[in-house]
Amino acid sequence: MKRLLVFIKKEFTHVLRDKKTLLILFGMPIVQVLIFGFVLSNEVKNTNLLVIDQAQDSATKEIISKVQASVYFNIASVTFDVKDVEASFKKGKSKAALILPKDFEKNLMTKHVAQVQILADASDPNHATTIENYLTAIIRDYTNSLNTTMPYTITPEVRMLYNPQLKGAPNFVPGVMALILMLVCVMMTAISIVREKEMGTMEVLLVSPFKPIMVIVSKVVPYFILSMLNIVSILLLSVYVLGVPIKGNVLLLFAESALFISTCLSLGIFISIKTQTQQVAMLISLMGMLLPTVLFSGFMFPIENMPFPLRMISNIVPAKWFYIIVKDIMIKGLGFAAVWKESLILMGITVFFLGISIKNFKIRLA
Amino acid sequence: MEEVVIQADKLTKKFGDFTAVDAITFQVRKGEIFGFLGANGAGKTTAMRMLCGLSVPTSGEAKVAGFDIYKETESIKKNIGYMSQKFSLYEDLTVVENIRFFGGIYGLTNEQIKNKTQQLIERLGLTSVQKQLVVDLPLGWKQKLSFSIAIIHQPKIVFLDEPTGGVDPLTRRQFWELIYEAAHNGITVFVTTHYMDEAEYCDRLSIMVDGRIKALDTPKNLKAEFEVESMDEVFYKLARQATRAE
Amino acid sequence: MKAVIAENISKQYNGKPAVEKVSFEVDEGEIFGLIGPDGAGKTSIFRILTTLLLPDGGSAQVHHWDVVKDWRAIRNAVGYMPGKFSLYQDLTVEENLHFFATVFNTSIQENYHLIEEIYVQLEPFKNRRAGKLSGGMKQKLALCCALIHKPKVLFLDEPTTGVDPVSRREFWEMLKKLKQQNISIVVSTPYMDEASMCDRIASIQSGSILSIDTPQYLVKNYGNQLFKVKANDRYRLLEVLKSVPSTKSYAFGEYAHISVEKGHQMEASEIRQHLHQNGLTGVEIGDAEVTIEDCFINLLH
Repeated sequence: MKRLLVFIKKEFTHVLRDKKTLLILFGMPIVQVLIFGFVLSNEVKNTNLLVIDQAQDSATKEIISKVQASVYFNIASVTFDVKDVEASFKKGKSKAALILPKDFEKNLMTKHVAQVQILADASDPNHATTIENYLTAIIRDYTNSLNTTMPYTITPEVRMLYNPQLKGAPNFVPGVMALILMLVCVMMTAISIVREKEMGTMEVLLVSPFKPIMVIVSKVVPYFILSMLNIVSILLLSVYVLGVPIKGNVLLLFAESALFISTCLSLGIFISIKTQTQQVAMLISLMGMLLPTVLFSGFMFPIENMPFPLRMISNIVPAKWFYIIVKDIMIKGLGFAAVWKESLILMGITVFFLGISIKNFKIRLA
Repeated sequence: MEEVVIQADKLTKKFGDFTAVDAITFQVRKGEIFGFLGANGAGKTTAMRMLCGLSVPTSGEAKVAGFDIYKETESIKKNIGYMSQKFSLYEDLTVVENIRFFGGIYGLTNEQIKNKTQQLIERLGLTSVQKQLVVDLPLGWKQKLSFSIAIIHQPKIVFLDEPTGGVDPLTRRQFWELIYEAAHNGITVFVTTHYMDEAEYCDRLSIMVDGRIKALDTPKNLKAEFEVESMDEVFYKLARQATRAE
Repeated sequence: MKAVIAENISKQYNGKPAVEKVSFEVDEGEIFGLIGPDGAGKTSIFRILTTLLLPDGGSAQVHHWDVVKDWRAIRNAVGYMPGKFSLYQDLTVEENLHFFATVFNTSIQENYHLIEEIYVQLEPFKNRRAGKLSGGMKQKLALCCALIHKPKVLFLDEPTTGVDPVSRREFWEMLKKLKQQNISIVVSTPYMDEASMCDRIASIQSGSILSIDTPQYLVKNYGNQLFKVKANDRYRLLEVLKSVPSTKSYAFGEYAHISVEKGHQMEASEIRQHLHQNGLTGVEIGDAEVTIEDCFINLLH
């Protein structure tokens, strides 16, 4: 036991002495969260808006002038024909359209219910959601201003064109978590084990009373701890800096993260057993792990829109399941009942890779 | 007076507080085999890098093949050859491909490359393996090929950084025969080695200790000066004075 | 009891033989040298003996344990210094030593007497990272790490390659002292001058052993006539000597050595005359003292 502790301490020393690794370990999560948080999302100003006013009554005029007054929108033009929308979107003249149907005021006054339709170009999903939110807010503001005891309701019907599911919108925090863990656990674990092979220290460790499998175990422990620290730092950042709250159970979230970290570590171990040089280990981790994570986790590109073969591939990407789990817990506030299936899949992947790693592990060099 | 091809004058290189090379002054004459000896960390590699134009000196002057090592590094590189134990050849190319590649790098014409390739392969007895990948050659052959390629463009000086590690004594001597031949053809050879018997093969040699040149003469005179039988003991006497450990 | 017994061990890589039917024995408390160039199979032999590789054929025992069956026992009892450098560059001298001591289930204090003499030289640098040490210092530290658990047999694969002559000499002085502690040592080297420091040496070439003998025996039984020659133009001298029939000649220090094949006799004057005829000046000729290197060159021819 003492030997294991000394070994783990040595691993920590390696990490702490290597400034570059440290920077990757702790700098990258912060930078990524901030980049995704501030650059990729938010703040839509002066969006060109097409207004289709089929009612042309005082209520619609009121709404149009409110929209006009807001800093978020420029009214590109006001027309009558719905067909104009597509042409305008395609030419890029406007990013969204607000359709005020016929008899708007009449419906509002008599039925106390009126409908508007918001069409948004969702090829940039973040942008589209923001537009939707702002427009809805303006309309709600108008309803409130009607200053009457009668409850008037305007129900906006929102349609996202080109990317109806709005996948990948503000849910970048789960995505970043998956990405970082993939990078730290898979790549760093693999590299640190392979480095011992390259340096010849593995030979010495093998020719020692230290059990070969313990070499692996002692490599894994520090990275597990470091990854948990990373999770904490990402979550703190997202809650306190980006204002993305954790709606679900925090403990459950940590437990699931620990599960995913184990999955990644098992992948890292597998790579390290199969490769001989740090270069190859790094390449495999990057191309074989990181790239699929970016492509197939659903974080950058919506899986639903992919062709069938790619959708199938996405099923074997562990990050996809973790991404779903974190989104469910963190954003939707669901409990374990909602994510047990995904958890089981991750567990399966972990056991699978640990199994073949142990089977392939050699007590000798060749 | 013979032509001087390397002229170093108080050449110094500092890394922060650490003086790796401390005001070394020496001359190497044309066609000479000049041994550049020193313990690990004495400053040999740093000095050699400055002379090859790979590293800018902190102070001092030096001319290599008549060119200034501050301003004319490009001209220096055209007039020297370099071979080290670590980098020699592309292992995944064949013998012929390596020769052609380096011939091209050194700016030989296609005609010259063709002739040289043929000559070289015959001279080294590599005819039967000329289409084989270099990785499959024995180390001794690789070293000989690597040396021949380093002088394929008839440089004025060839720098050899521990060229003969890890081969048997016979192969090592065959390698030295190539060196003699090159020197005989007027190429100046500047060589570092850890084999003290090889030191004896040099026309003159310098021994560096702690960044300074502590001895510089023919092997014979050095042995006489230190009153010992072999270069090994000359080296031992000198290097033991070293105070720094890299 | 023998420290090492190797019987006909063989090893192939992708069909290419690396070690072919190698047999030797190492006595307890002996320094046994494996001398040969890179690629001769030295490292494979070391790895088979330290249980890192399985032999394709033959059998071997280290301290009466079988290298295949009893690998665990062997790993507990031997020290190994692989050819590729084997310390943690980013750990300090002291941390490296402490780490390896712990891995081997011991402590620095327990066997300090074994390494004391080496370690005092390292002590001034004990807080320096291993990566920042000179070649000789690294080698000493690696030796300390391999010794810290008082191994019964010490395997050193090219411990002095790339190390300067002074450090090499010191390193061998240390090995001599370890021998007095009754530690058996198997060591490989490409340096001929180190061969004479061993009790017995096996010369190995292309995976096979050419000879196993004491250095003294090799030198005594050289058999050939050996001359040393000197002339003003060394290049020409070597060229001309090639044309002397029934001899092999090669550069040797400041001289050239001429080895006359068995069954032939030659007078120094004959050689001198031959050289003069070819226009060489400053010729000095005499009988040469046979060294291990001459013996090996003779074996290789």
